[in-house]
Amino acid sequence: MIRAGAPVLLDVRELEASIGDKPILKGVSLEVRAGEVHAIMGPNGSGKSTLAKLLSGHPAYSVTRGSVAYRGSDLLGLSPEARAQAGLFLGFQYPVEIPGVSNAQFLRLAYNSVQAARGAEELDPLEFDDLVREKLALVDMDPSFLERNVNEGFSGGEKKRNEILQMALLEPVLALLDETDSGLDIDALRVVAGGVNSLAGADNAIVLVTHYQRLLNYIEPDYVHVMEGGQIIKTGDKALALELEARGYDWVRAEFDAARAAA
Amino acid sequence: MSAVIQDLVNRPYEAGFVTPIEADVAPRGLSEETIRLISAKKREPDWLLEFRLQAYRHWLTMSEPKWPNVHYPPIDFQDIIYYAAPKPKKLKSMDEVDPELMRTFEKLGVPMNERAALAGVAVDVIFDSVSVATTYKQKLAEVGIIFCSISEAVASHPELVRKYLGSVVPPADNYYAALNSAVFTDGSFCFIPKGVKCPMDLSTYFRINTQDSGQFERTLIVAEEGAAVSYLEGCTAPKFDTNQLHAAVVELVALDHADIKYSTVQNWYAGDENGVGGIFNFVTKRGLCKGASSKISWTQVETGSAITWKYPSCVLLGDNSIGEFYSVALTNHRQQADTGTKMIHLGNNTRSRIISKGISAGHSNNSYRGLVKIGAKADNARNYSQCDSMLIGSRCGANTFPYIQVRNRSAQVEHEATTSKIGEDQLFYFASRGVGAEEAVSMIINGFCKDVFQQLPMEFAVEATKLLGLKLEGSVG
Ligand SMILES: Nc1ncnc2c1ncn2[C@@H]1O[C@H](COP(=O)(O)OP(=O)(O)OP(=O)(O)O)[C@@H](O)[C@H]1O
Ligand SMILES: [Mg+2]
Repeated sequence: MIRAGAPVLLDVRELEASIGDKPILKGVSLEVRAGEVHAIMGPNGSGKSTLAKLLSGHPAYSVTRGSVAYRGSDLLGLSPEARAQAGLFLGFQYPVEIPGVSNAQFLRLAYNSVQAARGAEELDPLEFDDLVREKLALVDMDPSFLERNVNEGFSGGEKKRNEILQMALLEPVLALLDETDSGLDIDALRVVAGGVNSLAGADNAIVLVTHYQRLLNYIEPDYVHVMEGGQIIKTGDKALALELEARGYDWVRAEFDAARAAA
Repeated sequence: MSAVIQDLVNRPYEAGFVTPIEADVAPRGLSEETIRLISAKKREPDWLLEFRLQAYRHWLTMSEPKWPNVHYPPIDFQDIIYYAAPKPKKLKSMDEVDPELMRTFEKLGVPMNERAALAGVAVDVIFDSVSVATTYKQKLAEVGIIFCSISEAVASHPELVRKYLGSVVPPADNYYAALNSAVFTDGSFCFIPKGVKCPMDLSTYFRINTQDSGQFERTLIVAEEGAAVSYLEGCTAPKFDTNQLHAAVVELVALDHADIKYSTVQNWYAGDENGVGGIFNFVTKRGLCKGASSKISWTQVETGSAITWKYPSCVLLGDNSIGEFYSVALTNHRQQADTGTKMIHLGNNTRSRIISKGISAGHSNNSYRGLVKIGAKADNARNYSQCDSMLIGSRCGANTFPYIQVRNRSAQVEHEATTSKIGEDQLFYFASRGVGAEEAVSMIINGFCKDVFQQLPMEFAVEATKLLGLKLEGSVG
């Protein structure tokens, strides 16, 4: 929901970043205010995941220009764990398998780390079990997933639900969900959307990276951005998503190039 | 490898200090004279001197094993000091123990004094080559258990030592066992008589002290019919620049229905980041399940040494006997480990179980080498082996060499192996959930090792967990 005067949670300005010597982000600007839902769409390889991972602090990327402020202060100087503790959440496009560590252990460690940073109460395994079961119900996951190693042998859709479970536990201020809808069946899509919607509120914001309009039937975006070649080349409202679905990306690129040539 | 992972695996060795204690040191070098000197110093009976000399003469005909997957410069056996002892003192109570030594134990957290009593642990301390103090002997003596240094046992129970010494690891067994048999200076002796369940865990802390003194411990544990004992061995060494040779022999004998559990946490100096210094650890550990339904279980957590060459093994001679091997071997920097086990099935219905977890970080190399051998007469033998490797970063190596020899068709042998990696992506996943790299690594490692840690006595498991953390964690930044 767009509200005039809502606090700016994320302010990305002219961001350029590379991996090794290869430039990937070539001047990205994005402002996200409390209460808003943003969707980022765009062709494969355009830099969507790069942006999401960079914002979360992945060490592989180096910022060569530009700035990022989170709730008014510099984000890029913070360690990835400090960003998470400050309320940033990344739902991974490809969730990582952690051998030998049970989901329950992992979730509790994550929960307690974030709670401790917020000065909130940490939970012992029994208390945490109650909480996590409540959240499991929210994403319609079987409790047996708690005993399994983190993401190990999970199906694609199960991994994505597990991401939403983590989001539900950590209650982030700003959630970056990278293709959380990819590989989901219709029911799972509804469940995931339900999870996201129950998080959405006046004080937090969600940035969804997606290829499909269908997720946006469940989660209504305030803004739709098109990313291409490491830049956001167009921003519109939810109607843009429908148009992209119908017409593809080429026309956006053409428009962008024409505008640049004219300038 | 990222800076974060590098920091994690580069924490300095924390037990690196030298205790200045006057030592009674033999001249460098090995000869029949050196052996006679050791034997005389220890006032040994003739049969033992003869045992040593025979081993020495055999050793002269042998050459160093070249098959392990480890590499090191040639060892100059004439440049080693084979005997070093603190000045002999008669100690009546703990108060008389050299305070310097006590401080050393304190730094190491050795539960020797009252803490030992509270923890219910009796400690037979090896400090260089001579035992300094033994606690709880009284309490153990009440149930007929003999727990003392092997030198003491030679004096007080020569018939027992003579009967069992070399009965599991014969002096000519291998190069390092022959060397040990020739020059061993001390070690522990433990005898659990028929039907006695040892009322507490028995524990020995080893510490190499005098620079350049090779350590050659000899441990002998005998559990008679129906006896049971859990024995703990923990080691750590001060930081030195020259490599120190360590070649211990441990022999276990279990008679009918006896049960021996032998646990080790090993944290010797492994050398610096470039592999300079550090202990060479060439150990022969073997248990003989001599009696029917006997059981021998080895649990080891190996974190130290520049080079580890060690295969705690079980010879399953008695029908229905059981052998177990649970191992965590961690290598970092330039460490090399070639470790594993041998399970030799000779009796009927014998069973063995091997759980090996290898963790490699830095530039280290970690090999599992295991042999499961089922003899022609061993009907219905069974083995289960699981060998898992974990690689931290991308410059280390892990190998698994399982050898299986089956001469009896009724045998069932199962082998499973996995390899997993901890890299930037795993650590970033944790970080993106608010969890720093140290905690992440420690959780991954503990999860990976839990099947082995479960086998350790409680306090030991805690110590082992901390130790692995210490070995892999560092200030992250
Ligand atoms: N480690 C790397 N080395 C080299 N190039 C990389 C690396 N990581 C990403 N890239 C490149 O960066 C570009 C952007 O990748 P990114 O994953 O951000 O795309 P995306 O928009 O998320 O695509 P998709 O829709 O397929 O998920 C791609 O061309 C990709 O190949
Ligand atoms: Mg992507």
